[in-house]
Amino acid sequence: MDPIAVNGLNHWFGTGEARKQAIFDVSLTIERGSLTVLMGPSGSGKTTVLTLMGCLRDVQQGSVRLLGAELNGADTAMQETMRRRLGFIFQAHNLHESLTARQNVLMGLQVHGRGDPSRQRDAVDHILTLLGLGHRIDYLPGNLSGGQKQRVAIARALVANPDIVFADEPTAALDHDSGHLVVEMLKRLGQERGTTTVMVTHDNRILDLADRIVTLEDGRIVRDSASLAHPATMSTGGGSVVRTDHGA
Amino acid sequence: MTALLARLLGRLPIGWLQLTHSRTRMAAALAGVAFANVLVFVQLGMMGALNGTVEMTYAPVRADILISSEDANTLTDGSPLSRRVLFQALSDPEVAAAAPFYLAKVDWSRENGSTASLNVYALPAEAARFAGPDIAGSLATLALPESAMIDERTRGADPEALAGITPQAPLRFEANGRTITATGHFSLGGGFSADGAMVVSDQTFLRLFPARIAGTPTHVLVDVTPGADAGLVAARLSDRLAGEAVQVRTMAAAQAADLSYQTTQRPTGVIFGFGVAMGVLVGLVIVYQVLSTDVADHLREYATFKAMGYPHRFFLGIVFEEAAILGAIGFVPGLILSLGIYAAMAEATALPVVMTPLRAVLVFAGTVLACAASGALATRRLRAADPADLF
Ligand SMILES: Nc1ncnc2c1ncn2[C@@H]1O[C@H](COP(=O)(O)OP(=O)(O)OP(=O)(O)O)[C@@H](O)[C@H]1O
Ligand SMILES: [Mg+2]
Repeated sequence: MDPIAVNGLNHWFGTGEARKQAIFDVSLTIERGSLTVLMGPSGSGKTTVLTLMGCLRDVQQGSVRLLGAELNGADTAMQETMRRRLGFIFQAHNLHESLTARQNVLMGLQVHGRGDPSRQRDAVDHILTLLGLGHRIDYLPGNLSGGQKQRVAIARALVANPDIVFADEPTAALDHDSGHLVVEMLKRLGQERGTTTVMVTHDNRILDLADRIVTLEDGRIVRDSASLAHPATMSTGGGSVVRTDHGA
Repeated sequence: MTALLARLLGRLPIGWLQLTHSRTRMAAALAGVAFANVLVFVQLGMMGALNGTVEMTYAPVRADILISSEDANTLTDGSPLSRRVLFQALSDPEVAAAAPFYLAKVDWSRENGSTASLNVYALPAEAARFAGPDIAGSLATLALPESAMIDERTRGADPEALAGITPQAPLRFEANGRTITATGHFSLGGGFSADGAMVVSDQTFLRLFPARIAGTPTHVLVDVTPGADAGLVAARLSDRLAGEAVQVRTMAAAQAADLSYQTTQRPTGVIFGFGVAMGVLVGLVIVYQVLSTDVADHLREYATFKAMGYPHRFFLGIVFEEAAILGAIGFVPGLILSLGIYAAMAEATALPVVMTPLRAVLVFAGTVLACAASGALATRRLRAADPADLF
């Protein structure tokens, strides 16, 4: 079963006169353990698609099946359960200003329950050290650089071993090396644990690590490397694009 | 503190960390809570002073049952009663004793030219059982014509001078054209309608108020025989006196009715009641403002937690944590300030403006509850919105 299966997804913003369609009939199936990059010009709908797939926005029309569960019409309890299985790295780092780096990352663990405090702490310190923040563990976000904050946010998203990681321009605030490091790490997670990653990025320097590149324009998928590079997979279903023509 | 709260809550004490993160904002929030407390305390203090003065007017006398004129809404008003009432009461087998009780107001013109308005309480000099504890011991000495006991806490008087009065060192003063000799003192204090009080015998009273016809007391005080039920006797007397324009109530019931009348029917009481309502309302608005601003300021951060899968009760937990912290810490300066204001008010008005433990506890609990409710209300937006719309 594919971790993400989107079918005939439409989305509108605003109400009444101001109501405007932002996403048009998007269908997309993503394979387990893959690293998919969403590209496209500003305003093309990348963040919208990502948040719809990531259970951060109610699905209005169409189907989003995440880890086998339908998100369209999901109730609050189901959304909460689902969100705990995902890791989200936001465009802005969105750290809690009054919590230290360690405490921020700890929040990603404690959502699963109280657990053993010392073991939780070790897990948090381990991942922060891995991301080169071993010397910044007790810092508040206000005393960290943009890149450091973003790495804390990444640690928070990854610390609980999510099934899927959604990342919205996670490397924008990072220099080339640390950006590459983060993406390599996500890629390794995919290989070792089967973590699926969907990432929005403008960063051409990391495209070489992507398994698949999907391009959006004006709320529609206009290009998909999977259908270009591996046309054969279209018939097998896994990792393929299913484009249906429902019309907008 | 953080470690303690973490153990207590079983999670990071986000509310505490959040509050202490920006000290100036926390100080402002605490000032808001403290101010709301002061506002409510001051209003309750005035209301309490009114209640206290009502209670006070009853202190110089005691009885199981009070018989008053039908039109007497308070102890100090109402038409005089007929003496028949006293005899009819005494004819009940379960009535142990009854006495006339006179009450009127007199102006005490002091040497310095100021006047004080005194409530004059009058009982027969031999009716000590109906006198309050402060007076009972000396009531018999008032049998001496035109002698009196005076309230040492009379507003505007020198309390030490009045407290120094003894039969050997009496105080003489003019009232209603008579020379009164104060040979003793007791402690009562001024209210809203009088500056103080004095106690005299019924004989002296009738000389002070020659217009009052002898044997027409303001109230009749009744004691029941040991073991008798005052309520039952009062009901029976009420039936027996059905032909008279009187009301018969136990002392406690009369006092409660007086209080209720003064707080809900008299303009002063109604205004104070409004004051309390306004104080509570404004206090609520301030507290709501403090908590809802705090929630709004952290909405993005909460949305991130919501995106991570935290349930709504987690945010309520944070908000309640903040409510408890702000309510508790803000209460301390609020209470201290209020105690200072109470002292100043009592000093300036000679009214019984005092803090009661019950009032302090109620205001504290009310503050924490109001904080919690305000915070919960302020998280509604978070509950309704998609996390993605809050970033
Ligand atoms: N909350 C919103 N309310 C109204 N319109 C919105 C909202 N969010 C996005 N849009 C509109 O939807 C369209 C897609 O926006 P989206 O943020 O998904 O684009 P994007 O590809 O992520 O752009 P960027 O590269 O700038 O982040 C845009 O036209 C945008 O104006
Ligand atoms: Mg975007």
